Amino acid sequence: MSDVAVQRRELKFKKPGIDRVFHFVVTTGALVSLLVLGLIAVFLFLRGFQIFKDMGLSFITGSLWEGTGAPGEPTTYGIAPMLVGSIVLSLVAVVIALPLSVAAALFIEFYTAPRLKKFLVSLLDLAAAIPSVIYGLWGFFILAPRATEWAISLNHLFGWFPLFHVPAPFFDGSPFIGGMVLAVMIAPIITSVAREVFSQTPPDQISAAHALGGRKWSAIRYVALPFGRSGIIGGAMLGLGRALGETVAIYLVVNIAFKTNLNILFTGSGNIASMIALKFGEASQYEVKALLAAGFVLFAFTLAVNMFATYIVNLSKRKSA
Amino acid sequence: MTTPQKPWKKSVGLRLLDGVFAVLGLTLSGLVVLTSPMAGPEAVGFVAIPVIAIINFLRVFREGATARMNALAATLIMSAFLFLITPWLSVMGTVVSRGRAAIYSGFFTHDMRITPPKSALDMGGIKHAIIGTVIMVLLASIISVPLGILSGVYVTEIRGRFTGLVRFITQAMSGVPSIVAGLFVYSTFVLFFESYSGIAGAISLAILMIPTVARTSEEVLKLVSEDLRFAGYALGSTQSRNVFKVVLPTVRSGLVTSAVLGVARVAGETAPLLMTAQYFIASKTNPFDGPIASLPTYIFNMFQTGNRNSVDRAWGAALVLLGLVFVLFTFARVVTSARRRR
Repeated sequence: MSDVAVQRRELKFKKPGIDRVFHFVVTTGALVSLLVLGLIAVFLFLRGFQIFKDMGLSFITGSLWEGTGAPGEPTTYGIAPMLVGSIVLSLVAVVIALPLSVAAALFIEFYTAPRLKKFLVSLLDLAAAIPSVIYGLWGFFILAPRATEWAISLNHLFGWFPLFHVPAPFFDGSPFIGGMVLAVMIAPIITSVAREVFSQTPPDQISAAHALGGRKWSAIRYVALPFGRSGIIGGAMLGLGRALGETVAIYLVVNIAFKTNLNILFTGSGNIASMIALKFGEASQYEVKALLAAGFVLFAFTLAVNMFATYIVNLSKRKSA
Repeated sequence: MTTPQKPWKKSVGLRLLDGVFAVLGLTLSGLVVLTSPMAGPEAVGFVAIPVIAIINFLRVFREGATARMNALAATLIMSAFLFLITPWLSVMGTVVSRGRAAIYSGFFTHDMRITPPKSALDMGGIKHAIIGTVIMVLLASIISVPLGILSGVYVTEIRGRFTGLVRFITQAMSGVPSIVAGLFVYSTFVLFFESYSGIAGAISLAILMIPTVARTSEEVLKLVSEDLRFAGYALGSTQSRNVFKVVLPTVRSGLVTSAVLGVARVAGETAPLLMTAQYFIASKTNPFDGPIASLPTYIFNMFQTGNRNSVDRAWGAALVLLGLVFVLFTFARVVTSARRRR
């Protein structure tokens, strides 16, 4: 040990000019996404502002969509039925898709040989990339005729339960059928998020479950499922977000009707997105503003759901890291 | 090093036995369905799941509660999986079988300029829709691929104080409904120029493409080993030089993959194009010249016409669109696996 105090040489580093330019360009590029997101919010809000001002809160809570805004004509716009429809359709989708997706994720991760697993993961990716207009075509021509039969059976067996009650025997284009098509569309997303989380299950804990005399199901029940819980919830929320904003598939499959329909087997429903697509073509200038305002509501709603989902998924990632 | 033993693994004989019992259960359910008012293959499926589950449950009944639950769970999980992939296979199968009807030698070389949608299937085609889709997707890529890669580079190379924010925004943006992107471009571009156009369509697609490109390129850039970066700095390189000469070339194929996946994501988007590019019956290559066709809006319009022949045309275009997405995916996968092998 010496008494000489250790002296640190002062480090001097100045970023070269070229790097400062580089940093500036990359940072600007990266922040464009933020700008775009902000612009979407600002422009839709500004264009729809007159509607928010004219209609007030009844734009959200009202259930009438009437008039063109021409002077002297009584005009009311309220999106409550479609807001409810969006939620009902997506909830039906998630309720159907979630258990099946989690089971499928467990199957792919724990019950298949590596080679089959690779193939199935590719199949999942492909299923997630099938355009929604194709899902819509398939839903209309292939699924709907069968699903109508299932809806009739369901109503026959459980019609006493309010959810499965129908006021009149019309079963086509119902939220049930629309929700089913959405379920087929969002299942690949939920499955791949859940599978990814399951694949990070600590292998030694699984082996420990087996060593304690458990079988495969014990390992899944007591290790994989608790471990992946927040991933499953996050995946379901991401699926919900996608289902909330789906346009074309709903437009093609569901009988778009501007009414609040909580009897999921009964014909007629719709979501905000499909309503916008339906009314867009023939809307007056004032009505287009109302549609843009509806778009703003949809944007804010899905953004909130997605941010929450992202937060939950990240939470589970941090836990496993 | 020896590979760990897995004494709990099922033997081949046991697996075969499982199969035999599954077939037995399926036959049994078939008989049940035949003798009941239910009908159709899907009814057999509905009945077979509990039947096979009960059979497997009884087979291991004497081995204790753990084994019983295990057998039950395995059957249910496998059935749920089969139940789930049936619709996907059905979608792909239907598109192929129904789409073939509309495809003839001139399907790719004619447009609908002089052909009404309901005319016979040996006239007209999707040339205009293919040209429109290619133009808009190309323009969208030109806008979104650089921006997406820049945000990937920001997160992995610069790691500045916005890193968390950029990541969060990218993920939030990937959840923006496609129709909202369309409405946004309508409320700015289309209203400003008072005309639908290919460029407006391309911008709406670009908005949807950025998050996909950003996320995938971030993921591949993360794979570049830190040593490689340090080696560059040790040789006295500036960061910009390091990124352009070392980091980006290392993952070139990965970046191509990210662009291809972005294209696959937006090639089939319909809703935003309905409010930005609309649809047009003739071939057109100028993206600034009014409404323009695309494969998804072609499908949408032919379906709306509702005539038997026009619906067949819609399926034909759906087959082409699905084929395009499939080719893009295979390409991305081949590029990725080639990189891994190297």
